[in-house]
Amino acid sequence: MSAPADFDLADKGKTLRFTGSLTLARLGDLPQHLDDLEASPDRIDIAPVERMDTVGAWLIHRLARDHDIPVEGASEDQANLLEQIAVADQPLKEPPVPVHTFNRLLNQMGEATIRAGVTLVGLIGFFGAVLIDFFVLMRHPRRIRWNALVRQFEVVGVDALGIIGLMSFLIGIVIAQQGAIQLRQFGAEVFTINLVGRLTLRELGVLMTAIMVAGRSGSAFAAQIGSMKLAEEVDAMRTIGVAPMEALVLPRVVAAFWMMPMLSFYSAMVALVGGGLFCWFSLDIPPITFVSRIREVVPITDLWQGLLKAPVFGMIIAIAGCFQGMQVEGNAEAVGLRTTAAVVQSIFLVIVLDAFFAVFFASIGWI
Amino acid sequence: MTQSSAKRPSDGEVVICVRGLTNRFGEQVVHENLDLDVHRGEILGVVGGSGTGKSVLMRSIIGLQHPEAGEVKVFGEPMIGREDTEARNIRARWGVLFQGGALFSTLSVAENVQVPLREYFPHLEQSLMDEIAAYKVTMTGLPPEAGPKFPSELSGGMKKRAGLARSLALDPELLFLDEPTAGLDPIGAAAFDDLIKSLKETLGLTVFLITHDLDTLHAICDRVAVLADKRVVAVGTIPELLALDHPWIQEYFNGPRGRAAQDAADREADADPVENMKRRQAALESAGGDTAPAPGAGE
Repeated sequence: MSAPADFDLADKGKTLRFTGSLTLARLGDLPQHLDDLEASPDRIDIAPVERMDTVGAWLIHRLARDHDIPVEGASEDQANLLEQIAVADQPLKEPPVPVHTFNRLLNQMGEATIRAGVTLVGLIGFFGAVLIDFFVLMRHPRRIRWNALVRQFEVVGVDALGIIGLMSFLIGIVIAQQGAIQLRQFGAEVFTINLVGRLTLRELGVLMTAIMVAGRSGSAFAAQIGSMKLAEEVDAMRTIGVAPMEALVLPRVVAAFWMMPMLSFYSAMVALVGGGLFCWFSLDIPPITFVSRIREVVPITDLWQGLLKAPVFGMIIAIAGCFQGMQVEGNAEAVGLRTTAAVVQSIFLVIVLDAFFAVFFASIGWI
Repeated sequence: MTQSSAKRPSDGEVVICVRGLTNRFGEQVVHENLDLDVHRGEILGVVGGSGTGKSVLMRSIIGLQHPEAGEVKVFGEPMIGREDTEARNIRARWGVLFQGGALFSTLSVAENVQVPLREYFPHLEQSLMDEIAAYKVTMTGLPPEAGPKFPSELSGGMKKRAGLARSLALDPELLFLDEPTAGLDPIGAAAFDDLIKSLKETLGLTVFLITHDLDTLHAICDRVAVLADKRVVAVGTIPELLALDHPWIQEYFNGPRGRAAQDAADREADADPVENMKRRQAALESAGGDTAPAPGAGE
């Protein structure tokens, strides 16, 4: 192992002489010592230096530059290295200005607000474009891509039956069980049926399905379209004369629009089965009683509410997913970010809209 | 290449006409008042340093990029501001090969080639489409077994060939190639050059070719357009360009790589058989001599 880098002041403090190996690995705390140097030498002597890498050369160069003194005793290679370092010594343009934390916070808030506004406007614009293209396509039904549409029906609808069924079944049991515990305190266990029937048909069936579809299909839409954009597949499509709106976006939006009401009806039914089974085994309410009670206490408007909300939610989820997918640019990280944004946005919009729907339906008397 | 001026298109019909094109991304101006003509039947090479907007120019011409100002006409039809479904008669007459091939990842190679066919001729028989796809795939130098493979199973060079097969699906008159030989090994790149040249000659293609590959420029381009200073500073054959004293052009073609490519092209043009034989002999001897096959027979 070569000797560590060191220096001494020879010639009555006039010459700064370096020894050892001036390399990154053997530098030690030489830079600090150099900073603490109080003498002002006239020249630097690096003749005794065994090895020198770019970091060592940089130190020598900096010292020579700051004190404006010559470097002596450099071998040919070392001189070349020093020369290259000197050429590369260019100040970086516009060093970042340090910003106060408070200002930075304000800055970030402002940027986030602008971003949110831009996204909202973009989303509304995209929604409009989807509608226009939809009606154009209705006028030219021969351009409808049935293969893509049927494929999306399968992916969004049929493939989701298993997971949505399982989730709804468990939710039905949980509602019945939690409801029964509370209602037992009043001896009103039989009202568990009201709770399960009204809640699932009116709210939970469609809401849980929307969240599941957003997580399953909304994210998939964003990721699929996003990675197609990255690989220039969307551009290739355009140059061939295939409109991405017709081939990619509309089949997904239409599939989500049609599949959501079916999935949420299915979800409500499975939740009723779960709740009914719980009532049967735990509360000794036989299924026949459960069904007849459901028919008595659940107004048909509860079903209509669920079925009316579902297609709107489906469309929102698909549009948010496709919109975010089409926004992907640059690198693979953008696909991940946009996919996350698609899911967060669609679930947020679904819940906001659900609140509006609740107020609206209550005010038209569908209580 | 000295004889390229003889190959100049005689009719001089302008296939692509760009006038006053201006592109801007935020603060950064990429093109300013750019003019360019591409004539029928020529291979136009487009060169320029990184970031001079070669790809942006191509995207503007094929309507993927909406320029700030200027007009672009392809086959005499304006391209700017047209919807994806508009100008379909134009889109059927061109083929585009993107840098990475841009194959549809959910479709096999053969299905990729069939996409344009399906789009414009939806009532074509499936068996005929399969046959067309098969011979297009073989024509671009891919092995027949590549047809049913998916893009993820192909190497970079094979993807480019498959992309070329797709862009040739409709027998286009105009071909856009974005760095077709980038990332290929020298043998593959030379084979790609030959392929494009022979396709151009047999099908009468007009080719808009973006490249950094000096060998490609020397080997197949009829004219070269130089992008610099936000516009096309010069268009011409390489000897014509060399006569200009634009610093970038001089450095590009007269730099060490430019020289090597020029020498290679010259060597091919006036190959001295005796000298060649000597060199080959020397190379074989230093490689171990007698195990190598007898030289010279292949020339």
